Formats: sequence, structure tokens, C-alpha cells
Amino acid sequence: MLEMLVLLVSPLAGALVLALCGHRNRAAEVNVFFSAITFLAAAALTARIVADGPLRVLHEQFFVDSLNVFLVALTAFVGMTTALFSRPYMRIERDHGRVTPVGLRLYHSMFQMFSFTMLLVLTTNNLGIMWVAMEAATLTTVVLVALYRTTASLEAAWKYFILCGVGIAQALFGTILVYFAAERVLGPGVGSLLWTNLDAVKNSLEPTVMSIAFVFLLVGYGTKVGLVPLHNWLPDAHAEGPTPVSAVLSGLLLNVALYALIRCKVITDGSLHETVGVPFASSLMMGFGLLSVVVAAFYLSRQRDIKRMFAYSSIEHMGLIAFAFGMGGPVASFAGLLHMTMHSLTKSAIFFAVGHATQKTGTQLMENIRGLMKVNPTVGWGLMLGTVAILGMPPFGVFASEFLILTQAIALHPWAAPILLGALGIAFAAIFGKVQPMVFGETTAKRLPHSPALLPVFAHLGIVLLLGLYMPHYLAVWYRQAALLIG
Amino acid sequence: MLAHYGPQLVNLFAAVLLLLSFAMLSQRRMLSLINLFAAQGFVLFLTTSLVGALTGQHHLYWSALVTLVLKVIVLPWILHRLIRKLNVKWDVETLINIPTTMLVGIVLVVLAFNLALPISQLSGTVIRSTLGIALASVLLSFLMMITRSKAIPQVIGFLSMENGLFFAATGAVYGMPMVVELGVALDVLVGALILGVFLFQIRERFDSLDTRHLERLKER
Repeated sequence: MLEMLVLLVSPLAGALVLALCGHRNRAAEVNVFFSAITFLAAAALTARIVADGPLRVLHEQFFVDSLNVFLVALTAFVGMTTALFSRPYMRIERDHGRVTPVGLRLYHSMFQMFSFTMLLVLTTNNLGIMWVAMEAATLTTVVLVALYRTTASLEAAWKYFILCGVGIAQALFGTILVYFAAERVLGPGVGSLLWTNLDAVKNSLEPTVMSIAFVFLLVGYGTKVGLVPLHNWLPDAHAEGPTPVSAVLSGLLLNVALYALIRCKVITDGSLHETVGVPFASSLMMGFGLLSVVVAAFYLSRQRDIKRMFAYSSIEHMGLIAFAFGMGGPVASFAGLLHMTMHSLTKSAIFFAVGHATQKTGTQLMENIRGLMKVNPTVGWGLMLGTVAILGMPPFGVFASEFLILTQAIALHPWAAPILLGALGIAFAAIFGKVQPMVFGETTAKRLPHSPALLPVFAHLGIVLLLGLYMPHYLAVWYRQAALLIG
Repeated sequence: MLAHYGPQLVNLFAAVLLLLSFAMLSQRRMLSLINLFAAQGFVLFLTTSLVGALTGQHHLYWSALVTLVLKVIVLPWILHRLIRKLNVKWDVETLINIPTTMLVGIVLVVLAFNLALPISQLSGTVIRSTLGIALASVLLSFLMMITRSKAIPQVIGFLSMENGLFFAATGAVYGMPMVVELGVALDVLVGALILGVFLFQIRERFDSLDTRHLERLKER
């Protein structure tokens, strides 16, 4: 109870405090402080859930089980490391005159607000509140993407707002339909929107309504996940916003949107009573997932902007995860959850390294970034190792999760395996071929007054490496429990 | 009296809502567009309070009040101020000409009714035919956002889509739980404010509110 309260109140309080003093010199430290408090609360909450099992508080309005607690922990952790990274990053941006003091205040305040909305999506038990928080997450990130006020960032933010706003409106229609189906079983009132209640009666929900509802929910939340063909906002928003924002968008927001989709999928498939073949919601997720992997892989080789390229890589990985959850079953869901964690940690580490690299060279165009290793070996190694990790090379954890997903695909849906393998191969060639000359060779980069914050990069990559080599027993049990909830 | 004419009155309002959606689709003058949006909000307010009276669901009165304040007074007021400050009166040519847009709109309405048919057959509420209309007006707002190139009509389309969704909530399920409706209303308000600020920045950067200028970021 106390942990929950601190978890949600800390970022909210941070947003208020930083809205008042976010332009001060020490604001970055305050930002780190509030993120650290949030992380501590998340850690305490995790310990509580692991020890005592699922938790429901405040008249069942909040619900934490092993599925969402791991995402809460991940979100709070990456939120904290991103705050650490953004401390020197935003200082350099301020010194370069790219952000005004007012902009900096907005940035810090919205960063905390964004953490709050994501944690609210994750912990709420009410599907309606989940929608509200997701829309609020869109609004905060729109402000963050438009922070630099350049023509390109305004365009990216406008596109992001309109596409995600319209997309998420479809999810609201889906939520209304879910409520319509639930009301016939549970009666009117807030109780009919609580996920735990819906899960308990999912067998008696009207299948026709639920499947129509899921299509709307998939379009809505799928837009935020970045599933092809609803992905158009994603590369622009990643490329034009500040790099810490790209890191949290890729590492956290996409995960959180996918989480909302998974919760809806569980109820929808439960209502359909299908005994043969792949259930309706699962097959939709598989189809969209596969399409995203393939399309994103082909787009990767055409990119010139480094942040855009890694944004497409996020689409590819989200597609892979959606495909894994679509396949279903304890092993595939386990792999999907593991891949969510690995992708989140690795991709945010890459964006941290990319952020420093672009600041040193003053450009995001990959052909102008050369020889990072000569100027700053740690940034170079960070980018190289991050790239190797995200491409699924052993011994990093991404290899383990991708391997599991592929073996499951071969076992359950053999037709999909060659498509996935081919797409992963194309992605490998595209990304590795572009990152290699950026890291090695002659240099174009120059030194900057602030030393980069590379601790987050190596902390993330260290965890990914560790989980690739050895997974502690309790963590495996935890993932297995969460996978069973998804089914 | 009310019990007898009530359901028919709700259906009448639903028809008016659909008509207003079509009117917005064909309207190119900004000022009229905002007034039509306010009128749509007012119809939504009337429907919500009528359904509240018919079914005795008292939380619907609160929902109606929120609609009245937000969608009939506050948002149109903000939009009026915006067009006065930005000094835009007319939309430029729509991307597809208006008669064609109307025809596409009719197709969308047929589609929406077909999609809503299996759901509304299950509905036990007095006003089950309204779900199709609500979905139709959502799709029509969508169409409006697609066919307009100026930023303000796109914003109005976005807001009017929210009207359609609220109408769906009232029609199919007697409104969502209060806490959700309030949350949605808050999101809409904050979203409209952010969009308002955006419009100024876009104008400042591009010297125009034509979103066709916002097409530089794409795959080359």
C-alpha cells in the first residue's frame, strides 16, 4: 500500500516541483532524485509482490501481479537511468542554446509526468483509467518531442499527436464495447471495467462484441506500440525529440502500450471459447507482428539518420514481441516478456550512447559520424556493444529471447520461421554495416566540456549480458508466473 | 409522456448528430465549423440528459453537465479565440472536393451501421440504433481530418470524434463510469490546449497553418 502510494505520488510531486524550479541549475539533480525515489518504491513493491503474491489496493482500483510488477520495476529503473543520462545531455543542449530555460523547465516537469502516466497505465485495474493514462502519456511526450521548436520537431510532434490521438480514440471505442459486453454480465458501474472482474467472467462475455472490441483496441494501442502500418509517427518522434525522450519512448512507452494490448488480448481470447486453431486476438497480433518485423527490416537499410534507424529497429523488435505473445503458450510468452526486458534495456543504452555521439559530432546523419573510438573509446564501445546486443549476438540476453521465440515459431508455426529469420538477417546486415564505420576509422568528433554519463549505458548492457549468461532462479520463476497469466 | 416519446426523441437527436457531422464535412468556413461543433456538443448534452431522465441513471446528469461546460462553452470559446488571433477565416480547398467527400461519407455510414448491427441487436438499452450512428459520426470526423489540409479543421475533426465516442458511450451503455468520463474530458481539454499552443508555433515557423508544409519528414 505504502509502496504503491510512493510509486505514484513521487513522480507527480516531481512534476509539480520541477514545473516551478525546473530551469534552475540543480533541476537535473532534483529530477534524478525523484526518479530514484520512484525506483526505490518500485523495488520495494516488487519485493512485496514476490513475497506475498498479487496485490489489490484502493477498492480494487489498483492491481499488481507478477505480470505488471516486472514492467513497473523496469519502467522505474530505466526512468532513473535516463534521468542520470539526461543530466549532462540537457546541460550541453542548454549550452548550445537548443533549449531555453522555459524549455528546460517544461522538459523536467514533463519527464516526471510521463513517468507518472506510464506507472498509472501499468498499475491501474480499470481499463478506462488505463485509456486515460495512455492518452495523457501521449500528451506529455508530444510536448517533449516538440521541445526544440524547430520546423522538423514541430512537424514530428504534430504528426505524433494527430496519429496517436486518432489511434487512441479507436481504443476508447474498443473500451466502450468491452464495457458494453461486461455490463451484461457484471451489471453497470465501475466494477465492470475492472480487469480482475473481467478476467473472472471472461468465459461468459459476448464473443462477437469482444472480437469487434479487440479490433478497435488493437488499432488504438497498436498505434502506440508502433505496429506496421500504424507506425508512421514513430521514427519522426524518435529522431526529432531530445535523445533522453527517444530512449524512454523506445524503452518504455512501447512496452507499456504493448502491456495494455496484452491485458485486452487475455480477456478477448478467453471469451471466444475456441478450441481448435489460433484464437482470434492472438492471430491478429501474430499477423501485425510479423508484418512489422518484415517492413521495419527493409526500411532499416534506407536510413541515414542514426536515431531514425534505431527507431525502425524498435518497430522490428516490437513486432517480434507481438508475434511471440500472439503465438501464446508458456514458452512463447516467457520469451516475449524476456525480450521486452532485454529490448528495453538495450535500446535505451543505445540511445544514451547515440546521444553522446551526436553531441560530439553535431549531427545525426550517419555518414558524418566517423571514428568515435578515437575520440571517446567508451562512447564508441557503448554504441558497438549495444548494437551487437540488439542484433541478437550471443552472449547477450537478446540472443536468448530471440532464440526462444524462433524455436517456438519453428515448433508451432513453421511457415513463419523463415520469414522471421530472413528479416532478422536483413536487419543485421543493415545496422551492423552502418554502425561499424561510425565507431572505427578516422574521426570527425570533437571534445565537449561536460563529461558524458556512461554509467547508465554500461549498467544496462551489463544486466543484458548477465541475463544472457545466467538467469537467477527467482527471476526465471517470476517470468514463468507472468507468462502463465498471459497464457 | 416522456417514457413514450423519449426513445423516439433520442433517435431524433441521433439523426441530428449525424446530420451535423455531414454539415461539418461540407463546411469550409472556419466560424461556421466551430458553431457546428458547438451545436454537436449541445445535441450530445441534450441526449445525455434525456437518457439520464429516461433511465434514472443520475450520474448521466453530471456527464451532461461536463459536456455542456466543456464542449459547448469552453472548447468553442478557445477555438473562436484561436481563429481570431491567428486570423484565419476560410479553409483552403479540401484535398478531395466536397461532393466526393459526401459520397465517401455515405459509404462510411453504411459501413458503420453494418459493423454495429451485431452489437446493437444485443443491446437492451432503449436506444440501440444509436450505436451505429455514433460509429458513423466517428468515421465521418476521421474523414474530415483526412480531407482537410489546414490545421484547425483537423483539430475540430479530432474533437468531434471525441463527441461521437461520448455518444457511443451514452447510447450503448448509459455512459461510462464517472471517473473515466472525467478523465477523458480532462485529456480532451489538455489536448486542445496543447494543440492551441502548437498552432501558434506552427504558424510562427511556417508562416501558414497549412499542414501540407508539414511533409518534410519522410522516407527518401
